Amino acid sequence: MGKPNDLVQGTLDLLILKTLSPEPKHGWAIAKRIQQVSGEVLQVQQGSLYPALHRLEQQGWIEANWAESETGRKAKFYALTTDGRAQLEKETTNWNRLSAAIDLVMNEG
Amino acid sequence: MRGLAQLRMRIRMLLRRGKAAERLDDELEFHLEQQIAENVAAGMSAGEARYAALRSFGNPGLVREQARATWNWGGLESIWRDVRYGVRTLRRTPGFAAIAIVVMALGIGANVALFTVVRSVLMKPLPFKDPDSLLRLYEQSAVDDEFPFNESAAGVFAEWKKQNHGFTDMALAGYTGYNLSGSGEQLPEGVHAAAFSWNLLPMLGLQPALGRGFTADDDRPSANPTVLLSWGLWQRRFGGNPAIVNQSVLLDAKPYTVIGVMPAWFAYPDARMQLWTPISYKYSPKDMETLDSHDFLTIGRLKPGVNPAQAVAELSHITLTIRNAHPNQAFISKAANWRPLLDSLVGDARTPLLVLLAATGCVLLIACLNVANLLVARAAARRKELAVRTALGGSRMHILRQHLMESLLLSAAGGGLGFLIAVGIVRWFVSSRHDLPRAEAIHVDPVVVGFTLALVALCAAFAGIVSSFSARGNAVLGMLQDSSRAHSAGSARTRLRAVLLAAEVGLTVVLLIGAGLLLKSYARLRSADLGCETHNVLTMTLALPDARYHEAAQRATFFAGLLARVRNLPEVRSAGLLCQNVPGSGYPGDSGFVINEHPPLPPGKGQYALNNCADPGYFKAIGIPILKGRTFDDTQQPGHLTQIIVSAAFVRQYFPGEEPIGKHLRTYGKPGLEIVGVVGDTRFSPGEAPRPSMYFPLYALDDVNSAALVVRSDRDVTALALPIQRLIGEFDHDLPVSDVLTMEQVVGRNTVDASFNATLLLGFAAISLILAAIGLFGVLSYIVAQRTSEIGIRIALGAQRQQVMGKVLLDGLRPALFGLVFGLAGSLGAARLLRTMLYGTRPLDPTVFGAVAAMLLLVAALACLVPSWRASRLDPMQALRTE
Repeated sequence: MGKPNDLVQGTLDLLILKTLSPEPKHGWAIAKRIQQVSGEVLQVQQGSLYPALHRLEQQGWIEANWAESETGRKAKFYALTTDGRAQLEKETTNWNRLSAAIDLVMNEG
Repeated sequence: MRGLAQLRMRIRMLLRRGKAAERLDDELEFHLEQQIAENVAAGMSAGEARYAALRSFGNPGLVREQARATWNWGGLESIWRDVRYGVRTLRRTPGFAAIAIVVMALGIGANVALFTVVRSVLMKPLPFKDPDSLLRLYEQSAVDDEFPFNESAAGVFAEWKKQNHGFTDMALAGYTGYNLSGSGEQLPEGVHAAAFSWNLLPMLGLQPALGRGFTADDDRPSANPTVLLSWGLWQRRFGGNPAIVNQSVLLDAKPYTVIGVMPAWFAYPDARMQLWTPISYKYSPKDMETLDSHDFLTIGRLKPGVNPAQAVAELSHITLTIRNAHPNQAFISKAANWRPLLDSLVGDARTPLLVLLAATGCVLLIACLNVANLLVARAAARRKELAVRTALGGSRMHILRQHLMESLLLSAAGGGLGFLIAVGIVRWFVSSRHDLPRAEAIHVDPVVVGFTLALVALCAAFAGIVSSFSARGNAVLGMLQDSSRAHSAGSARTRLRAVLLAAEVGLTVVLLIGAGLLLKSYARLRSADLGCETHNVLTMTLALPDARYHEAAQRATFFAGLLARVRNLPEVRSAGLLCQNVPGSGYPGDSGFVINEHPPLPPGKGQYALNNCADPGYFKAIGIPILKGRTFDDTQQPGHLTQIIVSAAFVRQYFPGEEPIGKHLRTYGKPGLEIVGVVGDTRFSPGEAPRPSMYFPLYALDDVNSAALVVRSDRDVTALALPIQRLIGEFDHDLPVSDVLTMEQVVGRNTVDASFNATLLLGFAAISLILAAIGLFGVLSYIVAQRTSEIGIRIALGAQRQQVMGKVLLDGLRPALFGLVFGLAGSLGAARLLRTMLYGTRPLDPTVFGAVAAMLLLVAALACLVPSWRASRLDPMQALRTE
């Protein structure tokens, strides 16, 4: 079970970007989504999530918009920017290469 | 693209930070609501759901802070927050803040001011071309070894210049003075001036600000007279009108063409110079060939790559060759000597300035210690707050940073205020110390601003770090428990304060002893007996221009006539004339002589004595006793010089056990002047022992063109200054009168240095003493407050009040005693540094050391008395109920 501190910072950023790629989401939904998709293994704590979101926003990878949520309350929705999408692709490629490489090492012998 | 978006974000985060913060709160709130809703959906009750959500959320404040920390300008924001927090805490204790800021301001101000002066005077290179290769050259006197750095004789200089191989060029300068005639309404004025060889300015790499410098053609006896004006004189006397160039001015009643004006900062050989003339025009060819009259300043520029010692060794050789070729001239020097030009200009000022700088350094250290001390006290008072903050997750680094921020705020405010103080001090310093060499170079410049900032940072770091020692190393739990009940804990903190205090007291003792030594020395100097009357004696200098008073008889008539009129003025008790330098106003010059009745001196040996000349009534007028014989008689008239008077020191040195009256001296080109009288000794400077002196009869000399008029009265003599000047104007309306001073002022002028240094150091010492007393009082009050309940218990258990008081008093006096011991030890070294500045005072003067120790103990006891008395008056019931 991954504690938030175990998530390498860059990895959390990648997960957030990936989660946002189909459609904009608010913070709670992002955390839920990562939790669901990872089969409850990755639990993103608020203490990591919001600083990461704000950092990505400051860096211009994602942009925020206040819109009505499903419950009718105003919530902050994050969406990928064009740059963010490009960054996601780049990071995905990196990740694939890295994990493939790690796989190779782990499966050897 | 992304760069643009980032920029937009940056601007938004800078300008709309408050809005963003609101939204962050909203966002986190939304998250929490979602979690609660989910929990409710999972079947929890509303209360349970909220509690569980909060628990899983963690510390909302921390999340908020961490999210904020990712924002742009985050570092700036947290600094700004610390600043605001610091300002708020300081405003809550305005008394503390004000004291700390003033203390810092005094320390920093004094340091910045002294640094400005020291840097400008001692460290800035001279504003000349390649100043490092400029040497001031001297002759090394052959008579005794009294003058290792004697001025040059022009004839020797000429040989140096002709024969040397080590210098690219050499120039000569001499002090002189002129009567500058007034035009129109202006009064005539006696001005200080210097004569240069024409190559001096090119050698220094200087150009006049206006017009041209001297050429070789100007620097000849037969040249048309030319003059360079100082910037100050040009502004003051000629309204800064550039048309002055090529016009003529009357110097000593002779027209000189103004060829240029020097830049405002130029002041060579010293700051009094008003104008400059070519040296070979000013002095006769005979003067310029003299080998044994040491009147001139020589500057040389070394050839590149030449070692000064080698170059000067060659000059020494040339000098010795000249001496050996003229065995009958005993006053030709035996060698040459040198100093860097900068050293020769500021030599005497160096030690006092460095001593003052060291003193201000001590004051600043004391100020820092005091502020650190105050901060430690505050940290102690805020232990609980700090413990709570640590418990709530405030990082230690953060708390330390706030600590430093507070001391930085204090130092910055102190530094700002101190800088203003320093600007004021520097302005006052420059205007009150004209005699300081290079005073014109003293400016507050960017380096000084940088120095101030560095000092601020240093003080902030010092005070902050020292005081934060006390906050370190205490476990949070311990602190919380510790502060839950005020028993006498925190002994480490108290010890730290005691150490700081001892250091403070030690530095104060050093400053007090330095000040005490200088003060005593100054008092000695002021009370040194000049050998003449100084009360109600007025002196003034008048100079007779050669052009109008060409004949010695004309001058004698003028002097005698003037004296007769002055003596007739009501209120004038007596009056006399002296050639130059009334007692206490400086070295009058000296001459060699031979006593006809004694066996001839071995070849190469010479005797000399100070020389001066006086009218027959001078000695009586200024109160110099005639010990033997009589004064000059009426036969001493122009062309008839036969008599001379000597001083008691002269008799002691050259006629031990002999009758001097009736003996004859060969001097001044005369085969035998008869000694007719012996007069009492005088000092040419308050700090100098009387030297053998000779007095020539003023009327009989044929080269006296200036004289000092000395007037004594029974009442306030300053009232006589105007009537006498009016009288002189009646004799000759174009005759300038200068240096109108009472004898007390003459002495004051020549001891201004000593008085200045002593006063400043005393001021610094007083500040330190006050700071140390405040520190002692503060620490002891704090200790007593800390130990209220302990003392209460002691008293309740039957401790005597005197006992309590004695114990508390001892607690306070212990650091003072330690400090005193260390201070006295440190003073032994400091006093040695001061030795060259002392007159008639031993560096380890027991009275000064004793007085300082006694005073310090007294002040320390007074500072400790109130808190310890308060401790002894404690009502035990109340004390125990305090918590």
